[in-house]
Amino acid sequence: MGVVSLKPDYEQHIEIRDRLENFHGNQIVYLHWEEHLSFCAAICFPLPPDMPFGAMVENVLKPHYAAHPDFEKVDWAAVKWTVDNTEITPDMETSLADNGVGHKSLIRFWTPGLHGYKSVGTC
Amino acid sequence: MAAKKLGLKQRYALMTRGLDWETTYQPMDEVFPFDKFEGIKITDWSKWEDPFRLTMDNYWKFQAEKERKLYAVLDSFAQNNGQMGVSDAKYVNAIKLFLTGVSPLEYQAHRGFAHAGRHLRGVGPRVAAQMQSLDELRHVQTQVHTISQYNKYFDGFAEFRHMHDRVWYLSVPKSFFDDARSAGPFEYMVAIGFAFEYVLTNLLFVPFMSGAAYNGDMATVTFGFSAQSDESRHMTLGIEVIKFLLEQHPDNLPIVQKWVDKWFWRGHRVLGLVAMMMDYMLPKKVMSWKEAWEIYFTEAGGALFQDLERYGLRVPKYADVATAEAEHMSHQNWSIFYQYTHAAGFHTWLPSDEEMDWLSEKYPNTFDKYYRPRYEMWREMEKDGKRFYNNALPQLCTTCQIPMGYTEPGDPTTIAFRSSEYKGDRYHFCSDGCKDIFDNEPEKFSQSWLPVHQIFQGNCGGATVPDVLAWYNMNVGADNMDQAGSPDQKIWDAWKTKQEKVAG
Ligand SMILES: [Fe+2]
Ligand SMILES: [Fe+2]
Ligand SMILES: [Zn+2]
Repeated sequence: MGVVSLKPDYEQHIEIRDRLENFHGNQIVYLHWEEHLSFCAAICFPLPPDMPFGAMVENVLKPHYAAHPDFEKVDWAAVKWTVDNTEITPDMETSLADNGVGHKSLIRFWTPGLHGYKSVGTC
Repeated sequence: MAAKKLGLKQRYALMTRGLDWETTYQPMDEVFPFDKFEGIKITDWSKWEDPFRLTMDNYWKFQAEKERKLYAVLDSFAQNNGQMGVSDAKYVNAIKLFLTGVSPLEYQAHRGFAHAGRHLRGVGPRVAAQMQSLDELRHVQTQVHTISQYNKYFDGFAEFRHMHDRVWYLSVPKSFFDDARSAGPFEYMVAIGFAFEYVLTNLLFVPFMSGAAYNGDMATVTFGFSAQSDESRHMTLGIEVIKFLLEQHPDNLPIVQKWVDKWFWRGHRVLGLVAMMMDYMLPKKVMSWKEAWEIYFTEAGGALFQDLERYGLRVPKYADVATAEAEHMSHQNWSIFYQYTHAAGFHTWLPSDEEMDWLSEKYPNTFDKYYRPRYEMWREMEKDGKRFYNNALPQLCTTCQIPMGYTEPGDPTTIAFRSSEYKGDRYHFCSDGCKDIFDNEPEKFSQSWLPVHQIFQGNCGGATVPDVLAWYNMNVGADNMDQAGSPDQKIWDAWKTKQEKVAG
């Protein structure tokens, strides 16, 4: 069904606000640590698409999740990753783009054996 | 011979009908360019019923009388330092949320009804919409006046107008009304008149007004009363719109159903702020959000939609999901504000033992299992001097603009992630309800002004949190952060010490 609008050419006048070009060379990336919902939602960063995946993990992901008491127990080699709901084994040396991370991609990660405070899955 | 006095019905007819005419210099469709494009078919505008029969001269008389009473109460509230008589300083945060989040919507409603009143070509709904427009203007004014007494002593109020347009969580109610006001006049009337004023209004006003009554805030209670007779007119208008549209033409049904589905879900999301206010922010609780939902939606709404079945209208889509969410929504929302307290225009705190016991009792299926442990963990962290803050910005839902903190239906340990693609870009949603709304109108919602993305585009004062807070006009260290240690708490404690001395 077409758009319901006063003028037939409405679609020509829309301004898509979150287009890649608007982020000064960065792309938006969302990160989410599963079963650790003290972090209430996925967290959002503007990152260069050529940033190595490993650099993202070291410099963006780790500092922001470090406040959680489980953080020190994470076995990083065992972490399971998905990008936009597809399971991946990230290549830490290559870029976000090479690992399939695009503009407004969602990276979710699971830390086996860690389910948050008292293993409830919501903390 | 004296002129014969007119009966009420005659008088009403003379003063509200026959005010319209067929234009001849300009075609009617150009004089009323907005009331056809939505696809709504009206065959006979005169079928519009107005059970209130209120004429403009009586309207002014009633409102002036109510106004006199209200301002007499406000004067005595100020003279007697009513702000010192509320249950606890924490209570004041509930009215900060009201003034920053709700009062500007009264103004938006004023604008929206003025627009509908101008652009519907039937004279009956025009008169009703214009009156409601004036009511809504009165509501915002009286609310600002009432709450200004608190602004003299407490933080978080002063920049309410500026904040409403800029602060991340206030974009939730703001975008809700922007969406309604940028729709056509019929969708607006269904969105605000029916879905909000009729179906959901009791979930907004009863919690705030009873909350005020339970917590000794007589000023807020009085403006609530002062608005009550207006609200019953608004509800009547809302239900009349639905009946009128559905009676006019069978083709209207699918359009109206889609609007009812959309605006029910949007309203439910906005009311999450009220849910958290009821369960966490009132020092003296009225009832839980879940109880309020049961009474005002499940029961009252159930009866309403049963009644509307004869028109073919069904219960809004995802009403069952909304009901299931009543177990979680307040806890999930309060958690959001607790961890982003540094960017909130009111104070936060962890629930006390007593409050947690109340929550366990009210939410026996979920609180102890999923949310108490979270608060206990945060409490331990506070004790260790590591109060938990989220130092990144959250992913927002493109439709409702709330941080994507809601969980999968049936699985409180997993965040619900939904997404769609439009013109090669990805869009994210908190729920099937929000995704459906986007999928129906991607042209509109791909334009969403999402606060987090706007910050990263450089449109919100700068790249750091202090830059953005300055752009919000937030008085850092006073408006934001925890209740404990706030200037609000200090002034309150000083009053209480003084009162004890006088009493002792
Ligand atoms: Fe109002
Ligand atoms: Fe109203
Ligand atoms: Zn949403």
